[in-house]
Amino acid sequence: MRSLSLLLLCVSLSFGQTPSGETILKRVDANIGSESKISVGEMRIQERREVRTVRMKTWMKDMRNTCTEFLAPPRDKGTKMLKLVDQLWTYTPSTDRIILISGHMLRQSVMGSDLSYEDMLEDPSLTSMYDASVTGEESIGDRACWILSLKAKPGKDVSYESRKVWVDKERFVVMKEERFARSGALLKTTEIRKVIRVGGKWVAAEVVIKDALKSGSGTEFIVESITFDEAIPSHYFTKAVLRR
Amino acid sequence: MILFLLKGILRDPSRSLFPIITVTLGVMLTVVLHSWIVGLEGDLVSSSARFNTGHVKVTTNAYAEEEDQLPNDLALLGVDSLLHALRAQNPTMDWCPRIRFGGLLDIPDANGETRAQGPIMGLAVELVRPGSPEARILNLQTALASGRLPEKPGELLVSHGLAQRLHVRIGETATLLGQTRHGSLATANFIVVGTVRFGMTVLDRGMIIADLEDVRQALDMLDAAGELLGYFPGDLYRDESARAVRDAFQASTTPDDEFAPRMVTLREQAGLGDTLALWDYLTSILLIIFITVMSIVLWNAGLMASLRRYGEVGLRLAIGEANGRIYRSMLVESLLIGIIGSMLGTALGLGIAYYLQETGINITSMMKNASIMFANVLRARVTAVSYVIGFLPGLTATLLGTAIAGIGIFRRQTAQLTKELQS
Repeated sequence: MRSLSLLLLCVSLSFGQTPSGETILKRVDANIGSESKISVGEMRIQERREVRTVRMKTWMKDMRNTCTEFLAPPRDKGTKMLKLVDQLWTYTPSTDRIILISGHMLRQSVMGSDLSYEDMLEDPSLTSMYDASVTGEESIGDRACWILSLKAKPGKDVSYESRKVWVDKERFVVMKEERFARSGALLKTTEIRKVIRVGGKWVAAEVVIKDALKSGSGTEFIVESITFDEAIPSHYFTKAVLRR
Repeated sequence: MILFLLKGILRDPSRSLFPIITVTLGVMLTVVLHSWIVGLEGDLVSSSARFNTGHVKVTTNAYAEEEDQLPNDLALLGVDSLLHALRAQNPTMDWCPRIRFGGLLDIPDANGETRAQGPIMGLAVELVRPGSPEARILNLQTALASGRLPEKPGELLVSHGLAQRLHVRIGETATLLGQTRHGSLATANFIVVGTVRFGMTVLDRGMIIADLEDVRQALDMLDAAGELLGYFPGDLYRDESARAVRDAFQASTTPDDEFAPRMVTLREQAGLGDTLALWDYLTSILLIIFITVMSIVLWNAGLMASLRRYGEVGLRLAIGEANGRIYRSMLVESLLIGIIGSMLGTALGLGIAYYLQETGINITSMMKNASIMFANVLRARVTAVSYVIGFLPGLTATLLGTAIAGIGIFRRQTAQLTKELQS
């Protein structure tokens, strides 16, 4: 099926036609998809008074299970978060408690960043959650992009009812994104500042996410290192890993 | 003459009993109503001052703008030096750094997994520091429903309603889940050492009280506080003094800096000034209407008494008593009735007001979803004014009623008196 869509895309491009939104979205998902991923990075959180930096290491499997350990600052060192499909736990060494993040806590920010726990729980596959249509073309920096309008598929429980994404025509990386509530209000914006090539994939190495409802000038995510399809021990995706 | 008239009043109840009863009832109602209104206003001010506004409050400019959202990221920093300056500037006042915060209280089971969880409204105050006035200001000893007050770090007070809802017992561990000053997830373990009941639904529903230093650690707010509350000696709010303290403080701050401290008085906070002004206005109108109505009733009683004695006055005129002398004697008599009625009414009114001050009226069932800080038991408050306010309608109305009714004495024709008396 994936080969067929790629073939269709190539045919469309060779005839100078605009591919369908779904075809583009599948290419975006194909670019970010992997069996496993290990990354080290940092978040630079621009608060009203100061800038804070949080370092973390993340292990991801099947795109749906993630284990994150915070490495710095000292106060947050050792704090872990475990996401297993649609459930999220957090562990802090100071209390030695494993807490299930649920209910209204899901809307809280992760480490004070512009990312919420709800964002972390989202299925990264856009194709499974949204119907897409191409609404235009625009350049972001020196990259030519398609503008896609995404609407949540009927019955899908999503955090954002609609999105507007700018997809690099060549690399199929989302270069810019706006996320909207059901009311049409802008909730979050994302801008990719740097894209790198790792293991045959285009990876957003510097991303700025801004919560439109929050003061401050956004959170910068910087990828220091990333590897794909490395073997990760299965215990990383069990609750036992939190206390280790 | 006064003694003679007093004897007449006491020996002839048929002409004095009804006026005295009327005056007594009117005065009693005036005293009770006044004390009741003063009590309600006092409760509103006292509750707000103790838990929320202080007599003066210092926050950053930015915090004050978003105060309802408890924006601890905009909290005061360098609180120790600020406190030092405030204490030096106003040595007679108590200065209390506090942090208000929201979050969840999570009660673990034997395996450390969540057994119960509920939203909380948190208040961090200096509980453990020796000499801290907070336990007195918050009246914690009286509010203690079970257990004891925190004596060392890591101890927590939980509102009675919250303890019941989460089935948490004294001695159990409770984990606070909140947000640090930077917005990260904050977690901290506490031992529940007591439950408190403030008699205010908004607090008893889901409040926790922890020591300031513990919460500073948990919320990453070292040497920080959301607000600094100042209290005058005797915990009595004085608006003029509060404004003087505020003006002196504001003179040394930079209003353009969003993180500079700013001081506001109790009346300037959370619409409290408008509420109190409206309250004063409405209660003044209510009291004026009530006193006017009571005055009309008592005036009417005076008129009735004078009219009933139409024959007696005629006889006294017929035997040669001067009009002015009769008029004056009736005025003095009504004054004596007013004094007796006012004294009895004030005594009865004060008795009822004292009862309402001590026991109050419980309105808990009406406050289930209340979001304002108001006591569940409404109490009257007896003040110095309560002792004298009843004399205003009690004396003036009876005197005025008799004065108007007595004017008729001067209109009566001596030549007609014999005919009138014969009929």
